[in-house]
Amino acid sequence: MNGWISQLGERFIGFLRYSGGVTVLMVRTVFSSFVPPFKRKPVLEQMVKIGIDSLPIVFLTCLFTGMVLALQSAYQMQKMEAKLYIASLVALSLTRELGPVLTALVVAGRVGASIAAELGTMKVTEQIDALETLASNPIKYLVVPRFIALFFMLPLLTIYGDIVGIVGGYMIGVWRLNILSNLYWDMTWNPLKIKDIATGLIKSFAFAVIICIIACYEGMRVEGGAEGVGSATTKAVVISFILIIAADCLFTALFYFGFSF
Amino acid sequence: MIELINLCKAFDDHVVLDNVNLTIRDGETIVIIGRSGTGKSVMLKHIIGLMKPDSGQVIIDGQDVTRLGGKELNDLRLKFGMLFQGAALFDSLNVRDNVAFSLIEHTKMDDATIDKRVAECLELVGLKGIENLRPSELSGGMRKRVGLARAICMDPKIILYDEPTTGVDPIMADAVNDLIKDLQSKLRTTAIAVTHDMTSAYKIADRIAMLYKGKIVEIGTPEEIKNTSNPLVKQFITGAATGPITEDS
Repeated sequence: MNGWISQLGERFIGFLRYSGGVTVLMVRTVFSSFVPPFKRKPVLEQMVKIGIDSLPIVFLTCLFTGMVLALQSAYQMQKMEAKLYIASLVALSLTRELGPVLTALVVAGRVGASIAAELGTMKVTEQIDALETLASNPIKYLVVPRFIALFFMLPLLTIYGDIVGIVGGYMIGVWRLNILSNLYWDMTWNPLKIKDIATGLIKSFAFAVIICIIACYEGMRVEGGAEGVGSATTKAVVISFILIIAADCLFTALFYFGFSF
Repeated sequence: MIELINLCKAFDDHVVLDNVNLTIRDGETIVIIGRSGTGKSVMLKHIIGLMKPDSGQVIIDGQDVTRLGGKELNDLRLKFGMLFQGAALFDSLNVRDNVAFSLIEHTKMDDATIDKRVAECLELVGLKGIENLRPSELSGGMRKRVGLARAICMDPKIILYDEPTTGVDPIMADAVNDLIKDLQSKLRTTAIAVTHDMTSAYKIADRIAMLYKGKIVEIGTPEEIKNTSNPLVKQFITGAATGPITEDS
């Protein structure tokens, strides 16, 4: 019994320590983002790595999701003679929910893992120590450019994913389910409100913070060589996934109950 | 002058530095010897403020490094150059940007002046014209020398060497030793090297200190160390497999 309680206590302390570490890193990153010098080049490089290079995978994921969504809803809607509403269902589901979440998950898998592995390797090869001995702040030099790049690129990728997903739904709706093209577009755009897109984008800003801070935190506390880097990479992805889904649930509830969005 | 006063550091229950006291005079080269894992690198990291001690002080030119943070610590670090065991070159940058890192980050020099300074530093370490190579294209010895060029780029007052000859062949190790001696005579810096390579220690040191079980057990000139009667030091410098060190562990 005592062993069980002490194990639980250790885990709780570990959780508090982790949460504290992540929070401190987040606060220091946000603070450092507003402290000069401001360098454009590293931010632009990260924007290319994080944003432009993620376009193909976000395209495929969202296109297929839009198509599957149209097909699955057709299964039900056809029974109710409400095939036309497939367009609205696809558009709303994607902009409010699936677009931001799927894009964030894909980026967490691709970019979060890469950030954790890169910083982890830098840690075990003493490059982060070297940065400090050269009087540079590793947070300012390594975390801030990734943070700014993710903060702006993830919402843009989300908008891109929303559009691609809607096009995927259109391809099924018009080419397979024989809905008229202009009618499909009308039923896509008419029910869409700014607030639907805004809720998705607010979520994606929060997801960007989660992906960057967790990946950088895991990377910068790696111990023990290649094995440590591998383990940090896995942890960064798994923890980001869980936090993204949890934050999504929280935001959806907040928008629904708090702001009637 | 650098003073380590009652420096203590432990990782969980493992005591690495146990009331270490050491004074390093301006312009001298001191070599810290000791077995792997005895805390030599930990001591270096305390001197440059990468680690905070559990207790004790590190005084450099009257400033206690252990109490500095932020800008003050960074200003102090600009007086240092450090060569890491694996060179710790930044993989994402080419040789030029690695060597010029501090110049780019902390000075307002124009590109032409930076290029000139980088070329000078690379020439000092015997590597001309490799500015555009990436660290992955360099051999172990070349990486060490580029690391050294980066360490001296800002004309530091103090240079720290963490195992400068580890991982390179004996000929390259001797070349690195010559380089350190050469830099020492040209730049007149204070140098602290940690190593377990006795050939290197005898060649570059003005004084040698041995760290054992968290304490400095012997300190003296290379001659004094060679002729020591301390059985711990004797076993270490002769590399004998049996003796007080191995019996005690």
